[in-house]
Amino acid sequence: MTEITASMAGSVWKVLVKAGDEVEEDQDIAILESMKMEIPIATDFDGVVKEVRVNEGEFVNEGDVIAVIE
Amino acid sequence: MFKKILIANRGEIAARIMRTCRELGIKTVGVYSEADADAVHVKQADESYLLGGPRVTESYMKIDKILEAAHQSKAEAIHPGYGLLSENAEFARRCEEEGFVFIGPSPEVISEMGSKIASRKAMEKAGVPVVPGVTRSLADAEDAIEAAETIGYPVMLKASAGGGGIGMQVVYSADEVHKAFEGNQKRASDFFGDGAMYIEKLVEKPRHIEIQILADNEGNTVYLWERECSIQRRHQKVLEEAPSSFISEETRRKMGEAAVKAAKSIGYKNAGTIEFLVDADQNFYFLEMNTRLQVEHPITEEITGLDLVKEQLHIAAGKTLSFAQEDVKRNGHAIEVRIYAEDPKTFFPSPGTITKLELPEGPGIRHELAVHSESVVTPFYDPMIAKLVVKGTDRSEAIDRLKEALSNYHIEGIKTNIPMLQEVAAHEAFHVGDTTTEFVEKYLTKKKQKQTK
Repeated sequence: MTEITASMAGSVWKVLVKAGDEVEEDQDIAILESMKMEIPIATDFDGVVKEVRVNEGEFVNEGDVIAVIE
Repeated sequence: MFKKILIANRGEIAARIMRTCRELGIKTVGVYSEADADAVHVKQADESYLLGGPRVTESYMKIDKILEAAHQSKAEAIHPGYGLLSENAEFARRCEEEGFVFIGPSPEVISEMGSKIASRKAMEKAGVPVVPGVTRSLADAEDAIEAAETIGYPVMLKASAGGGGIGMQVVYSADEVHKAFEGNQKRASDFFGDGAMYIEKLVEKPRHIEIQILADNEGNTVYLWERECSIQRRHQKVLEEAPSSFISEETRRKMGEAAVKAAKSIGYKNAGTIEFLVDADQNFYFLEMNTRLQVEHPITEEITGLDLVKEQLHIAAGKTLSFAQEDVKRNGHAIEVRIYAEDPKTFFPSPGTITKLELPEGPGIRHELAVHSESVVTPFYDPMIAKLVVKGTDRSEAIDRLKEALSNYHIEGIKTNIPMLQEVAAHEAFHVGDTTTEFVEKYLTKKKQKQTK
């Protein structure tokens, strides 16, 4: 199990996956918004989404877990 | 003149407006969000009011809260700065309805110029050149393809309510229109609440050159020369200069006169900017009008010796322009660079706490900023934290001063785009004036690719 974390502080603009989804390397799982810029957060390996820990509109800090992938 | 005004903005522009107000003996009212409680603009205001939470939608975009602060403080007028509510017709209307002078044009003009389709139509009617295009709101991808075929590819698919590159895409074929249309329409709808799309011919190797105008209540309208803002990244300006190194005196005069004609035709009042795209043959086309003070206004101030905020306040207070077109002089060359809190390589935002701030000093150097050596740069707002403005007797001296100033500009604690600005300042293409809107992509990206090989 690997945690995908936020690379910077910002708001969650879009959540692109849900628990149970199969994901591939480099696939975007969420989009953060920081300083009026959208930053995609991608997984760096293939797997299945175990858990999504953020909701759209929520504020996250750098290092906060976005999703857990198995 | 006003005794007290409220500044419905934050950061460097709020601080900039307050500076002129102090000079004119006008008391200032600041507004702020929870994230900006310790911000410079709050400390510089004579009195300040908390609007709400850190996000702009909870604070700086809250019209009711701002007007409540204006009533409580007994301000007479409201300056919107740039961004946020500055081009919001509803805000301008509400200011007027509640008895405050809105420092800007009328709500009707803001509304007309805020729509790319309506503004194009108004300019066509006024006889100002516009980029060939189909200005009606396009129904779907098939409609867009039909429109594109009448103009000829490549075309630019654009959101009518767009800005900052959102909802904008270059397309080269019908297939690409199919792929681009719905996504852009949805994004425009999400961002601006208006999904209307239209199509324009793509002007190749364009330069972005804009004309600053001032218009009083008597119909006196002057142009204050041009600013060239071609060096952009993702449609956001990075470096601006005045005058343009590209256009001839004849083109300069024609563009100025076209801008004045445009402003007069819509009954414009206060300061405004007409943005044009200029092609390699110096043909110019209306792009859009910004009905407010612009980020890059200081370079116009540097070459004309005018204070644009002072002029805005005079006009809003009902005064007649104190000078005519022939009195507007042009002296020297000015360059502005925008200092962004971002990683210079990835361009990712870099919020954090500034731990050290050293600013260059010397002749021809001006700063516009509202941060200090302990400021917290939050993720809630635009990444621009400061502007460096340099002036020389000519372009060459201005570039030398820019390079020197950038090398003595030190910010620690957060990453900034200063290394990228240094690359631009040192680039041969910039020195010779090869500054089309493709500059960053053409020269800086290429260099990065070479470095990674």
